[in-house]
Amino acid sequence: MTARAFLCRCEDVTLGEIDRAIDRGLTTIEEIKRYTGLGTGPCQGKECTGALARLLVDRGLARADALQPFTARPPAEPITLGLLAAARAPFFAARPEEDPDPKDTP
Amino acid sequence: MSAALGSAALALPAELDLAVIGGGVMGLATAYNLALLAPALKIAVIERSYLVSGASGRNGGGLRMQWGDRGNVALMIESIGLCKRLAQELGINLWFRQGGYLFLARSAAAEARLHRNAELHREVGAPTRLLTPADALTIAPHLCAEHLRLASFNPEDGVVFPWPFVWGYAAKAVERGVLLRTHTEVQGVSPAGDGYRLDLSSGEQIRAARVLNATGAWSGHLNRHLGIDLPNHPHRHEIFSSEPLRPFLDPLVVDLDSGLYFSQSTRGELVTGISLPELVGYRDDTLKQHSTLRFLTTIAATLTALMPITAGLKVLRQWAGPYDVSPDGDAIVGPSPGHPNFWQICGFTGHGFMMAPAAARLVARWLARGEGHPMLTRWDPSRFLSGAAARREDMIIG
Repeated sequence: MTARAFLCRCEDVTLGEIDRAIDRGLTTIEEIKRYTGLGTGPCQGKECTGALARLLVDRGLARADALQPFTARPPAEPITLGLLAAARAPFFAARPEEDPDPKDTP
Repeated sequence: MSAALGSAALALPAELDLAVIGGGVMGLATAYNLALLAPALKIAVIERSYLVSGASGRNGGGLRMQWGDRGNVALMIESIGLCKRLAQELGINLWFRQGGYLFLARSAAAEARLHRNAELHREVGAPTRLLTPADALTIAPHLCAEHLRLASFNPEDGVVFPWPFVWGYAAKAVERGVLLRTHTEVQGVSPAGDGYRLDLSSGEQIRAARVLNATGAWSGHLNRHLGIDLPNHPHRHEIFSSEPLRPFLDPLVVDLDSGLYFSQSTRGELVTGISLPELVGYRDDTLKQHSTLRFLTTIAATLTALMPITAGLKVLRQWAGPYDVSPDGDAIVGPSPGHPNFWQICGFTGHGFMMAPAAARLVARWLARGEGHPMLTRWDPSRFLSGAAARREDMIIG
């Protein structure tokens, strides 16, 4: 594979960039994400995390049974603001709507 | 191999001149500036997790001169001035883009604040101008002008991508000889002579003539080891970012009445947060960094009302991070009460990232040469001993 091969196609992160991160001592998935931007695009790491994990294991930088993906963030898949807004009273309408009971807050 | 940007395996000497605890932008930028001024000092930055794992990696990346208090305006003129050449100095793309900040007022109270600010900014030398709603729409054409009374715009304000900003300071600090130890927690601090002994999670004990607590919202844990009682406390805030779009929005927009802010990063994403109404009887000062649906639906309702074309925009991810809230809104910087060699650089109340370039340089000059500054006087951690300090800043957003 050449250094120009893409590991993260959403954010155009190449193998060469991963190599540079590793060269700077960054060998965890969380660190490499934050150094290169890998996994921050539309797929949110669904496509690239496995490839990065494999690379770290192959190079002896991580143990397969100890590797964790980076923190999964909501929403589970991209969802429009219009849909989310519909779950709420209109902003310009009579506020203040009732806030949920703290016990119901996730 | 280049020098590591943090390592759990890096050897630390038994004696340090300065131990910086916390590998966020404050700690790293101070270490870098101090290493420039005093190359002979032995400095280490010790980070519990990885770099940018805390608030420095979780903020919205906005930098603005538009504050409501003279000292903060002047500080941010300096900070943004530094940012203009920081990419070259640090040798990294910071994604710095000066699209301005556009503040919106939809109430008489907010309108009065913008008038007051514009006057103050003129006196201090920030190029802020007041805009009619029609003029505001020429800068952000997709805004809904309903109820809009007045706007203010400063073209020098801007945004950065926080991650490379922190990595840039880290790389230059390391280049200047700063030791960068990550994945290592400081589990104990105790006085030793004029300095301190630090007990690390690795089992090591090191001694530092001076310690700088740069752990922000987490700083109370460290302070408690020494019985230092400071009133800053964590407050959880949330942000989301959208799918990337081609450039369509120049300024970072702040709606003063709802506390909504949004900008388009140079990467194309819309990055946005809001002041969430406090839940009655519920105060989250636990440092939890979970995400909530309440945030997402609240901000979606506000954002789609203020900029209706966002209704079809998709949310990619949301996350949370703590503001390190100081009761008077001013930072807590300098020697701690009763501990002249245990320093703080904390309490920036959600706006430390934008102040870091200037604030870290002030602290480094103070540490290296004993040089004072009006903001350092104002940020004195001992000011709370004489009762509650007055809040002078009302432009804390989010």
